[in-house]
Amino acid sequence: MKIEILGTGCAKCKNLYEAVQMAVKEKGIDAEVVKVEEIPKIMKYGVMSTPALVINGKVIFSGRTATAAEIQRLL
Amino acid sequence: MLKQLADYIVFTLLSLQPASRSGEALNFFIYDTVKIFLLLTIIIFVVAILRTSFPPERTKRLLSHKREYVGNVLAALLGIVTPFCSCSAVPLFIGFVESGVPLGVTFSFLISSPMVNEVALIMLWGLFGWKIALIYISTGLLVAIVAGIVIGKLKMERYVQDYVWEMQVGSGEIKVLNFREKLGYAREYTLDLLKKIWPYVVVGVGLGAFIHGYVPADFLAKWAGRDNPFAVPVAVALGVPLYSNAAGVIPIVHALMEKGMAMGTVLAFMMAVTALSLPEAIILKNVLKPRLLVTFFGIVATAIVIVGYLFNAIL
Repeated sequence: MKIEILGTGCAKCKNLYEAVQMAVKEKGIDAEVVKVEEIPKIMKYGVMSTPALVINGKVIFSGRTATAAEIQRLL
Repeated sequence: MLKQLADYIVFTLLSLQPASRSGEALNFFIYDTVKIFLLLTIIIFVVAILRTSFPPERTKRLLSHKREYVGNVLAALLGIVTPFCSCSAVPLFIGFVESGVPLGVTFSFLISSPMVNEVALIMLWGLFGWKIALIYISTGLLVAIVAGIVIGKLKMERYVQDYVWEMQVGSGEIKVLNFREKLGYAREYTLDLLKKIWPYVVVGVGLGAFIHGYVPADFLAKWAGRDNPFAVPVAVALGVPLYSNAAGVIPIVHALMEKGMAMGTVLAFMMAVTALSLPEAIILKNVLKPRLLVTFFGIVATAIVIVGYLFNAIL
């Protein structure tokens, strides 16, 4: 499973990244968590508000963060 | 009812004299903070629910290939309801121009979205009354529409950074939230925003209360009154570095107005605080060449100065 967090480096993007790492650890699944900061890569997903969560190449949500508990349900 | 609460705490519990300076300043502080936080919580929550129906991806589709004038008006209006954070300004800008939203229309959105925001509105309504809040929204929209039209007429497309035009933009299918998810999002958004702005509100209202209680009336009339022609441009220049603190700036400005600052100057100052900001300029430098960036700031600043003079003359 590949999880990407799209964001140009604002505080919210960092929060989401940490929440995802925590969710992955708590659920004990094998996932690659990547932070994507390059604009061309973010635009490829058509995302216009950051941060955004992408799981296996699919945009799950954008323009907000989520708690570790919510992300666990999404995994 | 809030007035009674503030009176009770200050004059009965703390037994301060109603006529004393400290009593008056503290009374003012308690009344204003409680009122503002109540308004902020309720209205931010309602606006957040509304916003879930207008993600930027949808706004983009609505504005794509719109003609000028109609497009500018629509963009300024959508700027109110579409969530916007200056940290997303770059992907938003690229998404807009890539999908065929004209440059001038994009700017109408970029100007209106931070300026006509719910926090500034609530603070204005709570402290100045609904008439001033209404004047602020309508002139804010007007500034965004006119500045966008002017930028569109100047045909400055070649001053957008070249890579923007070559960017590959995905379709951006965003799933629609159900009502429960909307409520969850709104609750999270409201808490987030309150957490971010509460220190500014407390400090701003505190300073405002201090000015209210200790600074003599008409203190500012000489410098910031309507007879000083430099007051408006100076207020606009001061507003640029004060970005993101609209919540803290408005209570201070409210107190300054009581001490003689003219209404047009007050409006111009608040618009400059919300619409023009250094951090946003630095972020937009990624997508705009310096000439377009300077033109954008110049046009918006000029429009705001005109608004200031206009309201100093008629209010």
